[in-house]
Amino acid sequence: MLNDSTNLSDDSSDNSDQKKIPCVNVGEKRVGLFVTCLVNTMRPSVGFASLSLLEQAGCKVEVPEAQSCCGQPAFNSGDDEGTRQIAYQTIAQFEGFDYVVVPSGSCAAMIKKSFIEVLKEQPEWLARAKRLANVTYELLSFLVDVCDFVPEGVELNGSYTYHDSCSGYRSLGVYEQPRKMLAKVSGLSHKPLNGHSECCGFGGTFCVKYSDISNEIVTEKADNILDSNVDFLLGGDMGCLMNMAGKLNRDGHTEIKALHTAEVLAGMTQGVIEVKNAGK
Amino acid sequence: MQASKPEHFNLNVKKALAQPDLKGIIRRTTDKADAKRAEAVVNFPEFEKARLQGQKIKDHTIKHMAHYLAEFEKNASAQGAIVHWASTGEEASRIVMDICKQHNAKKVTRSKSMLGEEIGLTHSLDNSDIERIETDLAEHIIQLAGDPPSHIVWPAMHRSREDVIKLFRQFHKDPTSSEEIIDLVDSARRDLRTKFLAADIGISGANFLLADSGSTCTVTNEGNAELTTTPPKVHIITAGIEKLVPSMAHAVPLLRLLTRSATGAEITQYITFHNGPKRINDADGPEECHIVLVDNGRTKMLADDMKEMLRCIRCGACMNHCVVYKHIGGHAYGSVYPGPMGSVLTPHLNSLEVANKQTHACTMNGRCEEVCPVNIPLPKLLRSLRAQSWEKKFEPLTNRLFVKIFAQLAKRPKLFQFTSSCSVLFMRVFSKNGWIRFLPLAAGWTKNRDLIAPNSQTFMQQYKKHQKPKSNRSA
Repeated sequence: MLNDSTNLSDDSSDNSDQKKIPCVNVGEKRVGLFVTCLVNTMRPSVGFASLSLLEQAGCKVEVPEAQSCCGQPAFNSGDDEGTRQIAYQTIAQFEGFDYVVVPSGSCAAMIKKSFIEVLKEQPEWLARAKRLANVTYELLSFLVDVCDFVPEGVELNGSYTYHDSCSGYRSLGVYEQPRKMLAKVSGLSHKPLNGHSECCGFGGTFCVKYSDISNEIVTEKADNILDSNVDFLLGGDMGCLMNMAGKLNRDGHTEIKALHTAEVLAGMTQGVIEVKNAGK
Repeated sequence: MQASKPEHFNLNVKKALAQPDLKGIIRRTTDKADAKRAEAVVNFPEFEKARLQGQKIKDHTIKHMAHYLAEFEKNASAQGAIVHWASTGEEASRIVMDICKQHNAKKVTRSKSMLGEEIGLTHSLDNSDIERIETDLAEHIIQLAGDPPSHIVWPAMHRSREDVIKLFRQFHKDPTSSEEIIDLVDSARRDLRTKFLAADIGISGANFLLADSGSTCTVTNEGNAELTTTPPKVHIITAGIEKLVPSMAHAVPLLRLLTRSATGAEITQYITFHNGPKRINDADGPEECHIVLVDNGRTKMLADDMKEMLRCIRCGACMNHCVVYKHIGGHAYGSVYPGPMGSVLTPHLNSLEVANKQTHACTMNGRCEEVCPVNIPLPKLLRSLRAQSWEKKFEPLTNRLFVKIFAQLAKRPKLFQFTSSCSVLFMRVFSKNGWIRFLPLAAGWTKNRDLIAPNSQTFMQQYKKHQKPKSNRSA
């Protein structure tokens, strides 16, 4: 019914997505971990948790020392030339790996999609960017989709709710994977979050540029989190987690701990406590 | 209420956030629209396929715009309509005003048309001695209140029932004492009915322009468009050139997407196809029919690689689902077109220099693109406008400087890692019990939320230490 009378001769060009690399012998493949700046500076335990999970899944993981940021602050500000400079060096550092894994949906989406956008007029770099895009994965989806990883012997007592970060959820389709793995954690129960995939108001530079609008958005998010009445708020992006946790803490709701899903799965939930002691 | 300006966006946002009731008032409409749309999509299993088809129809028409415009003009003229071309909003408005003057019009009825607002027709009419009568219920409300529209589908959504009761009691000749919606609607109907019949000219917009027949189509729920376009002797249609589709067979699939995306309805109460002035044997209809086709920045959008935006069928779904719109409302954008679609359109209708802040007031969460019935990549277009602003140096110097320094560091990994380890030490000066309540240079963050305190060393520093004992591994 939808095809008959309106069939038009010229189809719009088809931007077909990256093909999935078949899941064979992950153990023989070299995986490069792109740490991301927020994990590097604000929450190293997420980096160590990622390493541990990838190794448990049988990967040979390397962390190139010469890595920086994926370039989102420049890209989202419209600085295409600055973004290209960052893309060149990230591509050069990571293109030798069989897989590149990123513990953040938004940084993974930056490498998978936005590098291609800024390099579209440079055929050589574009080809390299596309190749890197094809092998780059967000951590949680990589563990499930490529490694078929099932966490074993992990325990965390309490209930959690899950915030689906926009980039991971909408750009990369990350939804089932973290839930599937978290279901294997003993002692941990899931409670639904009203508006689970609604933006938390972080938006990178947005949250400082439009701090007051961002505050309104995260206030609503915090209310929804409180309504779900849980011990843990989990997610897969440090930016969103820092935003929501920071709001909850400012409003005195210290009873809810925000953790990156990798920390839970790797049994590294002490990261928070270590931080707390360090500050005293 | 004074119309706010796009260049005052930041001030408008401040004012909007300071209105305690605004969020609830917006939510009353957008939450309902969200839920109804979601239900409509579930009940329309072919929705994804239809979206793609809608996109293809629009892309095809945009690609062959000149051809279909010529065909439309030929066929509309053959039906007896007089086709006018306007390259700017002012020109379009002037053409309409000239027709009004030629007919010595005293009273003009108007059915809701955002294009009419875009070309400044409401102002032109108000600045003349012609009485402007808005016949759409929401437009009637904002005309009484003196407000600009705050949404493209529900222009009076910022007004509460209490506001409407007050306005109707103040302005209607025979107001109702009831506060029931049905009685309020009746009050408006009584007030408008005589005006419909007394109008010299009726002005409408168009949801679709059909090239193969030269027909124009209006999609409404109140029947006011029919009463606006039929009784007066002259009917003027103003429409943006992007409303064009090849034929009826192409308009219908888009119509199915439009109604579901806008209100969740499968169809509206009235869908009318206007085919020029009345024929000899017709019982009623206008004696004269004018169609004003408006460019006003649209062909420039084609040239600027913004052609996807011309797919827009004005359903409003992007604003209903936008977290920013839902908190600041339509007026803050300072444009006829608010929300994500407005933030892309306004720079082309106005200028990027005055409307670039709106392009930054977006978290790039992608929800608008997800619900768009014709797959417009709104975040991509917004970001591409940011890139244009960057090129033209519209961004404040401090922001540019921050991003430039950041990019310079990020392309030098060693320096970046060194700066990261310094920033960690800097942050720890301000941390207490695992949290930072205030951080210089990051006041935008700490104004409204705390920041988790970092460890004393970055991941890289810790990792290197951790790796040393087994550093015989080579890459």
